[in-house]
Amino acid sequence: MAKYRGNVEAVRGLVRETEVHRDLYVDQELFELEMEHLFANTWVYVGHDSQVPNAGDYYGTTVGTQPVLMVRNGNGDVNVLYNRCPHKGVRVTTEPCGNAGKFFRCPYHAWSFKLDGSLLAIPLKKGYENTGFETSHAAEGLAKVRHVKNYRGFVFAKLNDAGLGFEEFFGDSLSSFDNMIDRSPVGRLQVAGGVLRYMHNCNWKMLVENQTDTCHPMVAHESSAGTASEVWKNAPPGTKKPMAVEIFLPFMSPYEFFEGMGIRVWPNGHGHTGVSHSIHSDYSAIPGYFDQMTAAYGENRAKAILDENRHNTVYFPNIMIKGPIQLLRNFIPIAADKTLVESWTFRLVDAPDMLLERTLMYNRLINAPTSVVGHDDLEMYERAQEGLRCNGNEWVNVQRLYDPAEEADATVVTNGTTEWQMRNQFRAWSKFMTMSM
Amino acid sequence: MTVHVPVLTGAPTDQQLIDFVVREARMIDQQRFEEWLELYTDDAYYWMPLEWGQTDPKLTCSLMYEDKLLLKIRVERLKGNRTFSQKPKSRCHHVLQVPQVDRRDEAANEYVTWTPMHYVETRFDDQKLYAAWATHTLTVIDGQIRIKLKRVDLVNCEAAFGNIQLFM
Repeated sequence: MAKYRGNVEAVRGLVRETEVHRDLYVDQELFELEMEHLFANTWVYVGHDSQVPNAGDYYGTTVGTQPVLMVRNGNGDVNVLYNRCPHKGVRVTTEPCGNAGKFFRCPYHAWSFKLDGSLLAIPLKKGYENTGFETSHAAEGLAKVRHVKNYRGFVFAKLNDAGLGFEEFFGDSLSSFDNMIDRSPVGRLQVAGGVLRYMHNCNWKMLVENQTDTCHPMVAHESSAGTASEVWKNAPPGTKKPMAVEIFLPFMSPYEFFEGMGIRVWPNGHGHTGVSHSIHSDYSAIPGYFDQMTAAYGENRAKAILDENRHNTVYFPNIMIKGPIQLLRNFIPIAADKTLVESWTFRLVDAPDMLLERTLMYNRLINAPTSVVGHDDLEMYERAQEGLRCNGNEWVNVQRLYDPAEEADATVVTNGTTEWQMRNQFRAWSKFMTMSM
Repeated sequence: MTVHVPVLTGAPTDQQLIDFVVREARMIDQQRFEEWLELYTDDAYYWMPLEWGQTDPKLTCSLMYEDKLLLKIRVERLKGNRTFSQKPKSRCHHVLQVPQVDRRDEAANEYVTWTPMHYVETRFDDQKLYAAWATHTLTVIDGQIRIKLKRVDLVNCEAAFGNIQLFM
């Protein structure tokens, strides 16, 4: 019997002010409701438009668990289509990404579709004459996702008509995207370096929460970053600090460092760590880069852009970006206990290659399935996924630095070790989950 | 069992290069990681590309592109008391085809071998099988064969993997 379907009160009851019910992580029925409601009522990241630079280019991905295609049209626009032939349901594209030419052609019966999804031609069309085909679902072609927004290259989709407009949904949180993009002297990013794909046997929300969990690095990552620190101590005196050590050591910063960096929360579940500084603040300068930025923006503006060192910005429901190193992580839900993590990296167009080299080193040291930092985190998620089956306590605690006067959907800067951003996400979860039930 | 490795007085024979590659895999399987690390030259790299036929380790991402410092961090971490992803510990098992000596350049003191292999990594109830080709770029230092570059190309390099915690 359904426990949550058709029972909006039961769903609302899962999120309390300072704790959330374990079913948010373990219950498959609730996961399916998330896909139908939460991932349909919110703006979900699809991809970057540099993945489809030319007319006819496509990239296949998912919004929640819905297979979609991001397509560049003949007129330069980017569309998002459901990746399903209207005839028998076959996935229309044969490669994960590529160029369709002027039209898509289904590999099963050669039905063809324009780049905007509309039906172009059917072989032996006479067979449909006088059958009322014009009014069928099939005649509509590839179904189009109606709500698509390309924000400075980053493409988002909202599957349902319900929910908020793009600007209202993201509001001031878009400043993190702006900062990441403005770090290019010409204000443009390009997907580069390849994507790391890392399978996690845990619920997607554990990963999202972890992005603003500043009380775990010095504990869970003692094994990796702590060991790096110990090994580095034994380097011969005078050895130049390698890039890899610069990346690892800040993970071992003390609690005071993380308390002081600050957390900013925004309405609708968005928020970021690193208001004043972050683990990315003390990386070595890359020769020539500041001069390029000054030439492009003037010294004051260049400084303002580069002094921003936001650590992790969570865009609810399921991505995180790191502006200072041009990295985006997509926490793709597959099942209640299965999440595919894709970590994407970007080149700052017209900036030195060394910046991309550092970003890629960060990605493989921290986000790869072969990464020791990744191993530390996944171990904790999998232990949680297992531990949450315990009936002795059905609640997960998110109480740290809670104030009963805390408002929902506020914009606030506060202590960097607060769990306010986690509470912010769960309030947003409840709101967008139930608004179409 | 530790195998006695004779000091070479001249260029290594093909058989000596082959034996070396086989012994390297055995050291990993026997978890003699500190000894294993000594098989690498000080400027060595261990490279596991992310892309099929990858040529650039720096401006294209890799699963691993690690110098000796990073390899040492891994080896030390595996022993750590608070290395929770190694509680319980992983184990691994290599099955190698006979390595082929692809290139011998005695003047440059550089030898390249190519070794198709199956690699199994296990932890508790979980066991995963990987298929790969290992390419070793070898040299001789003080009469001992040493690794300058070990490149491991997974047949499914772009797949979504779970944890890979040891060395292929």
